[in-house]
Amino acid sequence: MLDDFFVRALVAGIGVAAVAGPLGCFVVWRRLAYFGDTLSHAALLGVGLALLLQVNVTLAVFAVSAGVSLALLALQRRASLSSDALLGLLSHSALALGLVALAFMTWVRFDLMGLLFGDILAVSVHDIALVYGGGVVVLAVLAWIWRPLFAATVNQELAEAEGLDPQRANIVFMLLMAGVIAIAMKIVGVLLITAMLIIPAATARRFSTGPEQMAVLAALFGIVSVVGGLFASLEWDTPSGPSIVVAALALFLASLSPLASWITRALRRSAGPQSEVMHR
Amino acid sequence: MISNSDPTGASAPSSPLVSLSNAGVQRDGAWLVRGVDLAVRPGEIVTLIGPNGSGKSTTAKMALGILSPDEGRAERRPDVRVAYVPQKVMIDWTLPLTVERFLSLTARADPQDARAALAATGISHLRSAEVRNLSGGEFQRALLARAMCRKPDLLVLDEPVQGVDYTGEIALYDLIKRIRDDLGCGVLLISHDLHVVMAATDHVICLNGHVCCQGAPVAVASSAEYRRLFGGRASDTLAVYEHHHDHTHLPDGRVRHADGTVTDHCHPHDVAQDPGAEGATTSEEKTRHAG
Repeated sequence: MLDDFFVRALVAGIGVAAVAGPLGCFVVWRRLAYFGDTLSHAALLGVGLALLLQVNVTLAVFAVSAGVSLALLALQRRASLSSDALLGLLSHSALALGLVALAFMTWVRFDLMGLLFGDILAVSVHDIALVYGGGVVVLAVLAWIWRPLFAATVNQELAEAEGLDPQRANIVFMLLMAGVIAIAMKIVGVLLITAMLIIPAATARRFSTGPEQMAVLAALFGIVSVVGGLFASLEWDTPSGPSIVVAALALFLASLSPLASWITRALRRSAGPQSEVMHR
Repeated sequence: MISNSDPTGASAPSSPLVSLSNAGVQRDGAWLVRGVDLAVRPGEIVTLIGPNGSGKSTTAKMALGILSPDEGRAERRPDVRVAYVPQKVMIDWTLPLTVERFLSLTARADPQDARAALAATGISHLRSAEVRNLSGGEFQRALLARAMCRKPDLLVLDEPVQGVDYTGEIALYDLIKRIRDDLGCGVLLISHDLHVVMAATDHVICLNGHVCCQGAPVAVASSAEYRRLFGGRASDTLAVYEHHHDHTHLPDGRVRHADGTVTDHCHPHDVAQDPGAEGATTSEEKTRHAG
């Protein structure tokens, strides 16, 4: 079954969406969209370094993204610049450094477009193993730190006062982000990873009454986007990565329509009669 | 420095759950609060009062271990289970969070405890409401219900009755007293009111960058005049704290002492302990004010 390139693309894309959804919820809750962008831009530098040093690309991307996360934490402590200025600095410096490093390696024939926008149709069985192996680890670790991470998202000091060690949860979360970017880069490309994190989560928000429910729904909406986008790209011969993001956007727009709010109300009525009173 | 006290001493029933000794926090060369001594024992209610910016929340955060004191010590018994009601909790629109889920924020709440806590705080009907839709008073009740579910040894409340109307305030104070009675926990309470405190308070500490004065509140119920002022039920719940200061904080930050001298601030040992940390401290007199 995995012989067919389209089936491999579907399987890999579904795996990425299932991991990106729950993690993306935290990106939305914690207002980290720009942080996601920064990490994925840094991924390009990781690719450059991997080619230069002849090491595994996924590992190098993870290492560079993790390094950028920790650099950000350290720079924030000094707090001479605002967070968004720091992110902009790290993001574009890493992107530029990566492009310059790649340009120096004239002997490497390199598909830059594939890197920026993903090359899901060239996914190998090995890549699928990486997506699912890494994905299981990421989701398991996320489940492990879920309570402290969520409590710290609601109120850092409350979590700290009640002994949950939010600092550790924050660092682990940043490493998970680096991991997801390393895994997802090949599928949707550096420029569109953040979209896979944010758009399904934003769509899920309108239908959710609890954080866990939103995480599951975000994964589901991501999977629907992957399937829809890939079939659309097959039908109309459009680039696959962007098609997936357009499908995710279409779902989000549909969630804003009157039909969706009617569905939401119906869901909440069935969930509990009391809740309806409160949704003014 | 945060350190846990000797575990062998922890078994004594009267040993404090948390204690600060001469504790202070410094930010950018200025002391937010300094020289604070306080202890909260099981079953005891300690109320912190003081004007805005007087270091009440900072003191509570030292007691909780969120901030470590830059001088002095903060000690907590190692096994203490803490529940914290912060002053401000912003719930973003993007966070889907019902009251019921909020109760399990830092530890899973037993469903039966959750029901009891919601009933006690009078918000059973809001169980599946989204937290961000609650009014100020409803949210304060939800915060208190969450703290109750934790069955804490030490309950720290930062202005728990803000945004609650007068009758609600009395109901919440009654509830805090009942939590103390049921669980036997120590309570550290920050009050927004400079003169009226919970009647059940054992000890009041008045802060203004340092401990200005402290003592026990005067029961309102014993005075016919206050009874008229507060009304029947409130007079059992509320008490008046009469300040006895031997110095006055002037609007420009300086301090006038009982003997008429004026100093830059209240900390008597700045020169000896921390030369150069603050501006001109040489003129400061060395007598210790009420502490």
